[in-house]
Amino acid sequence: MSFLNAFFVDPFVQIADYPLFFIEVVIGGLLSGVMYSLVALGFVLIFKASGVFNFAQGAMVLFAALSFAGFIEMGVHPIFAFILAGIVMAGVAIAIERVVLRSLVNQPAIILFMATIGITYFLDGFGQTLWGSDVKVLDLGIPQTPIDVGGIFINQFDLFAAAVAGGLVLVLAIFFQKTRIGRALRAVADDHQAALSVGIPLKTIWAIVWTVAGLVGLVAGAMWGAKLGVQFSLALVALKALPVLILGGFTSIPGAIVGGLIIGVGEKVAEVFWGGAFGGAIEDWFAYMLALVFLLFRPQGLFGEKIIERV
Amino acid sequence: MTFNMKISAAAIALAVGVSGTLLAEQAKAQDAGQYVPGTVYRSGPYAPGGIPWANGYADYFKLLNERDGGIGGVPIIYEECDTAYSNDKGVECYEKMKNQGPTGASVFQPLSTGITYALIDRVKADEIPMITSGLGRADASDGTVFPWVFTLPVTYWAGADAIVQYIDQQEEGSLDGKTIALVYHDSAYGKEPINTLEYLAEKHGFKLELFPVAHPGLEQKATWLKIGRQIRPDWTIMWGWGVMNSTAIKEAAAVGYPMDRFIGNWWAGSEVDVKAAGGVSKGYLSAQFHGAGEDFKVLDDVKKHLVEKDLNAGPDEEVGDILYNRGLISAVFTAEGIAKAQEKYGQKPLTGEQIRWGIENINLDEARLEELGLTGLLDPVKLSCADHEGGGSVIIQQWDGENWKPVSDWISPARDEYLRDMYEKSAADYAAEKGIEPRDCSKES
Repeated sequence: MSFLNAFFVDPFVQIADYPLFFIEVVIGGLLSGVMYSLVALGFVLIFKASGVFNFAQGAMVLFAALSFAGFIEMGVHPIFAFILAGIVMAGVAIAIERVVLRSLVNQPAIILFMATIGITYFLDGFGQTLWGSDVKVLDLGIPQTPIDVGGIFINQFDLFAAAVAGGLVLVLAIFFQKTRIGRALRAVADDHQAALSVGIPLKTIWAIVWTVAGLVGLVAGAMWGAKLGVQFSLALVALKALPVLILGGFTSIPGAIVGGLIIGVGEKVAEVFWGGAFGGAIEDWFAYMLALVFLLFRPQGLFGEKIIERV
Repeated sequence: MTFNMKISAAAIALAVGVSGTLLAEQAKAQDAGQYVPGTVYRSGPYAPGGIPWANGYADYFKLLNERDGGIGGVPIIYEECDTAYSNDKGVECYEKMKNQGPTGASVFQPLSTGITYALIDRVKADEIPMITSGLGRADASDGTVFPWVFTLPVTYWAGADAIVQYIDQQEEGSLDGKTIALVYHDSAYGKEPINTLEYLAEKHGFKLELFPVAHPGLEQKATWLKIGRQIRPDWTIMWGWGVMNSTAIKEAAAVGYPMDRFIGNWWAGSEVDVKAAGGVSKGYLSAQFHGAGEDFKVLDDVKKHLVEKDLNAGPDEEVGDILYNRGLISAVFTAEGIAKAQEKYGQKPLTGEQIRWGIENINLDEARLEELGLTGLLDPVKLSCADHEGGGSVIIQQWDGENWKPVSDWISPARDEYLRDMYEKSAADYAAEKGIEPRDCSKES
């Protein structure tokens, strides 16, 4: 009976009694969702262009953040450190294409997926060997304290992260829609064979898309690193992106954004108002459950491409 | 014999000779030393906390070798195995190291509650003592049921009691009607203080609110919105580890929760946690069972004998950090057990069983602490056959933005009042479940 009460009555009473608090939780969820979307974007880029689910995206976020923080520790100005870390990520992308992917062209997707698991372990270990396992403080000068907007607390850091994510999506949209390389990437994403037949170099495109995913990983790593400190656990932020991908679809950049927002709001509202009914700590599994519920109605995700195979 | 056969025979003879010499050398080296295994983690998600502990642990044995020629003239053979804080790797390290050295492993210190649980039956079967300083299961303080496990100087239950004692002092002896929240890692480790806090909530009349955080604790916004904006507890206690700690401190600041009302346990109160959280962590409190900083004689010796000779395991500036000091204190417990056992069994490499006797007879009183250069770093500890915790104390420290500063005296947990009874009851339940016949300590010499 107490469970039924905690599930069906208490949450709604709380929401009705404290509407401002409910709004604050929703805003907090939206801002958390943006942080998840930052990570999810890297997955989408690679899957869109190559059909590979890049298990190593979390490791790339960590490696990028370690490089960025590592260069700053060496005394490099943060702007130049960011550029250097970007160059490092481009190098990593090219190396992955040359050493791993090139020899796996035309192999089944599961082989490529397994290869990315190998890349994950390599990057996790190599990053720590290169830059150390200590926590690196990444102070980007963004205030971490809340601002009071009509009785609602909003974290300034989260607002900044939302602005960065918005800017990143804008840059990616322009890159994909308005540039020649972007059009080539879209062509490869639509149909590998057709793209090859019109002379688009698949290997070069793969190197470019992994570089772009590495740069997105660098932005995500910088934001998450500034929030949590740069440490091994950053690789685990990939776990927060997976329900976003399931929900938003693996091939859609808007899907990654909208999916992130829905997951962010859903898990925060569930934890705050329904967590008590389950003893708390439900937000992680709730995110996956929410994504799976969406899949019942949209198996390809909210914005994913509908797959029709003729028999 | 053909030329080729002669060459082969000569090669075999050479190989046998060389390997025989090497084996003899190795045996000689082993005979000359006491083997101490180090099950540490320098990799994995918890490496930032594991590395300074491992460096402090390694440095103390190196100091004993450099300064004193070992313990009682017996050099320490220290070897590490990286568990990555994973239970299966921990067991693998244990199996690999337990028979090393002339007399096998002296003492294991697994530095993980999960690995502790995985090893309890194994150390009993292999007769190797296991020290779980500030971690593991609290009821293992009852040496009659857990003869091979030691919890000195304090358990999680004792830590929770000491924290509530401190809060009670701050509230001028009245917790009635107050609210205390516990934010904890949703694991066996994080749940350890709950029964103690529930007991104290009933005793003092405060309301206890529980907030589990799923591993690894990267995202806690919902938890802190609830704590900071809805419930607003008078005090919040944290039982966290790794990235969960710095995230909690940041999220607490983001909802305007006062840092001087937020107390972490000893695994949620190191430089790693507060520095990663940045400037907002100023004023944050933590409970410790040892001192912080480098103003201790033993650390002067570390600097003189190791740092100045570039023999220390980690960076020079790490000496004196909370986790470094904890690793060093943990090594002191191992070394003191060996030293005490040598008083009875002689100055030679000793077996696990002999060292267990040594640990059960540790008496780190003020005079001995002074002798070891530990005055101020540790409060006295005295163990026995039945009491494997030893009556250690807890101190509350506050982060001032640069350093940890003590804000309380040493607090003695209320063992006589109820903790010891809780240990014994829980241990008795364990013994009944496992069919263990408790030791009769009156028959132990």
